[in-house]
Amino acid sequence: MSNTSHSPATQSSPESGFGRFLRATEIDPRLLGMVGALVLIWVAFETYSTIVLGRPSMLLGAAQSEANGFLTPRNVWNLSVQTAYIGIMATGMVLVIVTRNIDLSVGSIMGMVGMYMGLLQVDFLTPALGLGHPAIWAITVIFGIAMGVLIGALQGSMIAYLNIPSFIVTLGGLLVWRGAAFLVAGGKTIAPMDDTFALIGGGSFGALGRTGSWIFAAVAVVAVVWGVIKSRKARTLHGFQQRPVWAEWFMGGLICAVILGATAIVNSYIWPKGNIKKYYDQLGLAVPEGAEFGHGYAYPVLILIVVAIFMTVLMTRTRFGRYVFAIGGNPEAAALSGINTRAMTVKIFALMGGLAGIAAVIGSARQNSATNAMGNLDELYVIAAAVVGGTSLAGGVGTVYGAIIGALILTSLQTGMVLIGFGDGSYQRIVIGIALVLAVWLDIVYRKRIK
Amino acid sequence: MVNKTRTPLVELRDMSISFGGIKAVDHVTVDLYPGEVVGLLGHNGAGKSTLIKCLSGAYKADAGQILINGAEVDINNPRDARAQNIETIYQTLALADNLNAASNLFLGRELVGPGGFLDDSKMEAETRKIMARLNPNFRKFNVPVSALSGGQRQSVAIARAVYFNAKILIMDEPTAALGPQETQMVAELIQELKAQGLGIFLIEHDIHNVMKLCDRASVMKNGQLVGTVDVKQVTDEDILSMIILGKKPAKAA
Repeated sequence: MSNTSHSPATQSSPESGFGRFLRATEIDPRLLGMVGALVLIWVAFETYSTIVLGRPSMLLGAAQSEANGFLTPRNVWNLSVQTAYIGIMATGMVLVIVTRNIDLSVGSIMGMVGMYMGLLQVDFLTPALGLGHPAIWAITVIFGIAMGVLIGALQGSMIAYLNIPSFIVTLGGLLVWRGAAFLVAGGKTIAPMDDTFALIGGGSFGALGRTGSWIFAAVAVVAVVWGVIKSRKARTLHGFQQRPVWAEWFMGGLICAVILGATAIVNSYIWPKGNIKKYYDQLGLAVPEGAEFGHGYAYPVLILIVVAIFMTVLMTRTRFGRYVFAIGGNPEAAALSGINTRAMTVKIFALMGGLAGIAAVIGSARQNSATNAMGNLDELYVIAAAVVGGTSLAGGVGTVYGAIIGALILTSLQTGMVLIGFGDGSYQRIVIGIALVLAVWLDIVYRKRIK
Repeated sequence: MVNKTRTPLVELRDMSISFGGIKAVDHVTVDLYPGEVVGLLGHNGAGKSTLIKCLSGAYKADAGQILINGAEVDINNPRDARAQNIETIYQTLALADNLNAASNLFLGRELVGPGGFLDDSKMEAETRKIMARLNPNFRKFNVPVSALSGGQRQSVAIARAVYFNAKILIMDEPTAALGPQETQMVAELIQELKAQGLGIFLIEHDIHNVMKLCDRASVMKNGQLVGTVDVKQVTDEDILSMIILGKKPAKAA
């Protein structure tokens, strides 16, 4: 900052200065593009609801009870919950697409697994263990994930060992599992789910609360700082070139600011009065004057964060992840390097199935019922999220964080359209369809330019 | 120079493999001694690459034996070949274009730290060391290998074979995509590895390189072995006629 006046070069070519900034911080310009698109979408919806609908959000001074715009704590919190299950599946879809495959069956797997979980709870676990038994939710979750893994492994085996293209196997899966979901209960809805299980879906009671969220944020900030220090040490150990100190701490600081900001927002979304009364009724107390609870991070969001960290470590720090990229970059070279590419394909699809199982847990917990239509068309949103997030359909390229931002972009478009009154589905689909094509085109243009 | 009374380092005995009724390799026997370069010659489709892929584990031969230091071994996949210290530099280089040099060098044999996590810093450091020896001008450690020139990619592929202490090296047209300077670099490297006692199978089309680099040459045509000659005792014309006519010259027989 202080030496800009002494260096006319910086002033005359601001673009090269920005380029230097990107190089020093090692920010992927595509990430910047994605975040920019996200901010643009948010601001556009906010502007529309303020100016056209006359519904300003809290940022513009409205009280929380009246605020009805896009950037309200309530809407942002809902957005985070709705992004969670698409984001969870999108992290797995990255692996699938990076290895030049596709999985069209995840929405149907969600539907079928959800139905079987409902059946298990209502017809087996509750009669056997008694209503509200604490083991019910755990058994259901393990069952759901295991079922997803098995279905994924079955599809992966057919792709790897029978050499049927993944498009065909999973297109078959899309039809088969959806049909099976209907047959589980003859098309009927199974409800309600176990009370503890339903908390996994979010809601006032299915969230971390204010104190818990701040503790969570503090732990995350410490982890970021520790990560920065550790990466510098590793590079010093081998005598590699360091990123400039300011760039390192700028990035660390930015991430910490996002964590703290997000925590403040989800904490400022207060419980509805009905839930506060319900809470005190359960304790057998009268509602005290001025009682106020903040939601904090919803459980589905916490699950997304855990999944995202797990998948990022898997993709970047383990042999498994390295082989995923190698297979995507050059399948022949991967095989000649002694990588068992077939076993890898089975594992990748099993992982995808397991993530669809987790999404089914969240989905059925959230609607507190199991319906055979759950997850319908979600495979397309999941694939779109991965692709909007920079995963290349040609294989070999993709990131977990990109897929999650992609999921956030698509969910923002979806909920934003509902919020401003275009919620009947048709406009939503048109907008999301255009966004998908636009995102891929921009990515192609970008790739051409860097070559 | 090469003592033929010893056990050969590699012996491919009576190898056959066919694809859909076509005999790509038809009862071929070749051998290789330590510190020797054996050229494998022949037209495209003569079966050289196929024969060599049986040794590197990419294909499984229908019939025949592979002997390493006189003992028969079973090579079913590239992992088995690597366990016998057989390293291969493929014509296509077999690099994952989206990964960087270090990731390619250690592909399938990654260095891991505590907890089984990849030690990328260590791998990059090792890559820098080996590249400093093979190609001191190499600087592009942090970009995907798709961003490298033909020669740079070649040096990554060679580094991969050399780093893991190969005893048997298979090179499939290592200079095909290279400029004169880089070709010279590869030639010097072959001489150096030979002096270290490695056995090298060299698939090569350029007859000048064959005369310069190889000790013996085995010529193939239509999947069959035409013959193996001592390069010192024949002329380039003799070898060319073996390749073209499929007949062994009278004086070398």
